[in-house]
Amino acid sequence: MTSGHAKDRQNTKIMNRFDLTKRMVGKLKDEAVIGGIGNSNFDLWSAGRRPQNFYMLGSMGLAVPIALGVAIAQPKRKTIAIEGDGSILMQLGCLSTVAIQKPKNLIILVMDNGMYQITGGQTTATSLGVDIVAVARGLGLAQSNWAADEADFEALFDAAMKSDQPSLIASRIDNKPGVTQTVRDPDLIRETFMRGIGTKEVW
Amino acid sequence: MPAASDAERPWHEIVLATLKANKVQLVTYVPDNVLKPLIDAIHNDPFFTAFCVTREEEGLGIVTGAWMGGMRGVLMMQTSGFATLPNAIASLAVPFRIPVLLIVSERGTLGEFNYGQALVCKTMRPVLDALAVEYHGCTRLDELEQIVDRTVRQAISTQAPACLILSPLLTGGKVVKK
Repeated sequence: MTSGHAKDRQNTKIMNRFDLTKRMVGKLKDEAVIGGIGNSNFDLWSAGRRPQNFYMLGSMGLAVPIALGVAIAQPKRKTIAIEGDGSILMQLGCLSTVAIQKPKNLIILVMDNGMYQITGGQTTATSLGVDIVAVARGLGLAQSNWAADEADFEALFDAAMKSDQPSLIASRIDNKPGVTQTVRDPDLIRETFMRGIGTKEVW
Repeated sequence: MPAASDAERPWHEIVLATLKANKVQLVTYVPDNVLKPLIDAIHNDPFFTAFCVTREEEGLGIVTGAWMGGMRGVLMMQTSGFATLPNAIASLAVPFRIPVLLIVSERGTLGEFNYGQALVCKTMRPVLDALAVEYHGCTRLDELEQIVDRTVRQAISTQAPACLILSPLLTGGKVVKK
């Protein structure tokens, strides 16, 4: 399938977070990526170290706001936020802020497994009928889509990279945990990221 | 030293000018009645990129991202909004050493009419103390420029968040009209 077909959560393929993250990272050059708490950033870490990656170690729900801040400060650099369904449900208002601010360089990836996986697999609202793409569209993010399968994910991501509007791509994923865990050193993470996006001198 | 005319300038003009002098360009806020003149003036000044956020945590995240991207920012809110922030301060701003400036319009004291606000106000300084966040209560016009200026400078030099609490003694606060 290609983008543009009628898609909702139910008729999309169940994919794998690490696989999708690797596909995304493989397309990057100097873009900034903000990995949300838990498995989102574990798989970003596992997909290959990049100095332009920022890994959250807490502050659940703030990957999109952090990415919006980076996108505002560096309008020429594409910035990507990766969040889980539980995290995005915690901070839905930020999607309306993104819709109103209309950053030309922000892409939001939602990895939706319908559960709070890291705390024991408790059900989230997305497995009980809440459709994140419909929510995002309702909050004003017109360019919000479900990825039907891996090829569709790549096509939507390529389109988002070329777009001058913010985009949200939601993918239904399986219940596999992150492949490895991110180093838990906030100073090192921030310092590396700031050097990676040219805010601090490398010496 | 503060300018001789500070006794005549309103508090919001002093705050705006001092933020600008320190290149604090990004302003996120959750609206507050007392902060209205400052918010309005910031929106009318093209130097600033200013917008309303839906929650205070969201604003803290945005200012954090902007700082890492090379832009200085501030989050403005009232006391009850500050009370929603401890997790984000403790797990983002402090450990990642982000000099996010917090400006809080102080509700809950000196004539508060809402008991809930009064109780929320009691939680603010203990939280800031517990997290070792530098803060100052601003009560006087003649000290304001120096406090704002030095607080921004110290936050950036030490890569640490900081909080300015704007007292009703400075702003007039919010009172019930009789």
